[in-house]
Amino acid sequence: MQLIRFIFYRILHLIPTLLFILIVVFVLVRLLPGDPASAILGDRALDADVERINRELGLDRSMAIQFLAFLKSVLTGNLGDSIHLKVPVMELIQKRLPVTIMLTIMASSIAVFVAVPLAFVAALWRGKAGDIAVRGVFQVGLSMPVFYLGLILLTVFGARLGWFPVGGYGDGFLDNLYHLFLPAVVLAFSLSAILMRNLRSAIIEVLDAEYVQFAKGKGIGPGMVLIRHVLRNALISTVALFGLSIGTLLSGAVITESVFAIPGAGRLMVESIYGRDYPVVQGMTISLAVLVSLTFLLTDLVQAWLDPRVG
Amino acid sequence: MTGVVIPSVLRSLRGLPNSLVVGGTILLLSVFVGIFPSLFAPYDPNAFDYNELLSGPSLQHPMGTDNFGRDVLSRVTHAYKIDMQIAFFATVVPFIFGTTIGALVGYSGGIAEVLFGRVVDAVITFPFLVLVIAIVSVLGPGLVNMYIAVGVVGWVFYARIIAAEIKVQKRLDYADAGRAMGYTHIRIIFFHLLPNSITPALVYWMTDMALCILLGASLGYLGLGAQPPTAEWGVLIADGKNFMVTAWWISVFPGLAIVLTGLGFSLVGDGLAELLRSKR
Repeated sequence: MQLIRFIFYRILHLIPTLLFILIVVFVLVRLLPGDPASAILGDRALDADVERINRELGLDRSMAIQFLAFLKSVLTGNLGDSIHLKVPVMELIQKRLPVTIMLTIMASSIAVFVAVPLAFVAALWRGKAGDIAVRGVFQVGLSMPVFYLGLILLTVFGARLGWFPVGGYGDGFLDNLYHLFLPAVVLAFSLSAILMRNLRSAIIEVLDAEYVQFAKGKGIGPGMVLIRHVLRNALISTVALFGLSIGTLLSGAVITESVFAIPGAGRLMVESIYGRDYPVVQGMTISLAVLVSLTFLLTDLVQAWLDPRVG
Repeated sequence: MTGVVIPSVLRSLRGLPNSLVVGGTILLLSVFVGIFPSLFAPYDPNAFDYNELLSGPSLQHPMGTDNFGRDVLSRVTHAYKIDMQIAFFATVVPFIFGTTIGALVGYSGGIAEVLFGRVVDAVITFPFLVLVIAIVSVLGPGLVNMYIAVGVVGWVFYARIIAAEIKVQKRLDYADAGRAMGYTHIRIIFFHLLPNSITPALVYWMTDMALCILLGASLGYLGLGAQPPTAEWGVLIADGKNFMVTAWWISVFPGLAIVLTGLGFSLVGDGLAELLRSKR
């Protein structure tokens, strides 16, 4: 019952956040230099045409009414048309966003697979060679720009060794996975560094806690203690951290997609900025922000499930 | 004179965490190179040399030359100037502004705190780079616009840290004492509470400078930050990206400079945090 109430309030909490996102994007778009009418009509537009377009777009009305109109069209899934590609922005989002989501999911899975065992190694052999080596590598990883690592891996494993494609997305699910593997590794690197660091100190803290000492004292085997007590409790803070890192991960995805020429949301956004295709920039900003807030919701729920005290 | 100074400096360093000493050394050197790049650069960073196109690392050009025959070492060295500036200018305004707002919000509480909470929620919901890119797209590419974009978003993190600290400090006895003495709120906040709350924000500042170097380089790489032919690490890496197979040195060396500098900042951040923990 408690949990259901928590979920309900948590979802309710989403509404003001989403509203704020839309306000920020609305204000940003109004700050654009030059008016949309001349952007559509070009530099030699006649005054009468500019006025007509402004009327059609509702730009001659008050800010409040414009915002309500904007709100209505966003809620009905109408984000306008791309200036260059001449297709609805919503269609572009439906095509490009899943690619980015898949890349992010792959990267997160790789990061978890790498970070969890290494965190155990580092925590259980605190201060020994293994711990120092793992922490050293990840310390460097935290300072390495995503695009730099991407460029190096692309050159070595793509161009030189030919083990992986040098970019693109491929056809079919397995081919997609194959194309996304190298970019996902790149994205996973700094995330696994953050997760490893946090999980390591969480494990050390839990290992010293009384209930773990007690479980050991009861004669439960060390493997069982690690999985049942240590991992579960250490994971709680990691899940929270994971949620907070999703923004960083998506930021990284924007760059990785550009380096590996992956047709995802991030690359489309960067291209649209070069081309001053503002409806697309606006739509992508909104959809990425919504994606993050949904991830926050998801991680909060997972946390509540792992730790009853959170709910 | 130096015979007395150096041992005493070494002695005072001995008590400090290793990470602080190593990181601090890296940063001091980086700042020095950033201020006097010409002392370390053997050539003019923008001089073309058509006899030395794409030549590999050698004694004349320790980091090789790029496709215009420009000396990579000289360009990396001069980029220190730009990138260290990015680290400082992109963070100093958010630091001051965020700290001020955070102190006021944390002290006053109530409706200001609720509103601030909403702003924080909204800002952390945008992927940082996406929001910065969106703002840069409105303002146009370039370093100054990048500072503005980072500033618009970045102050929130400092404000959040300080607000949480001030909320604890304002309930302590010395704050009550100040109020009993009839001090103004402003005096209590900025002369008494803030000096006791500022350290976590200082630690975060180090991390933030490292992040901003990465961000500046990323935007430079995407063509949205510093504009070519300005020597900036991200721009340099982008310059060399099409030559990775044939002339790896154009991109690889600027990247190493980023990693080294980022390492310096994060080591200093870790060291400061460790120092504060042991003091408490």
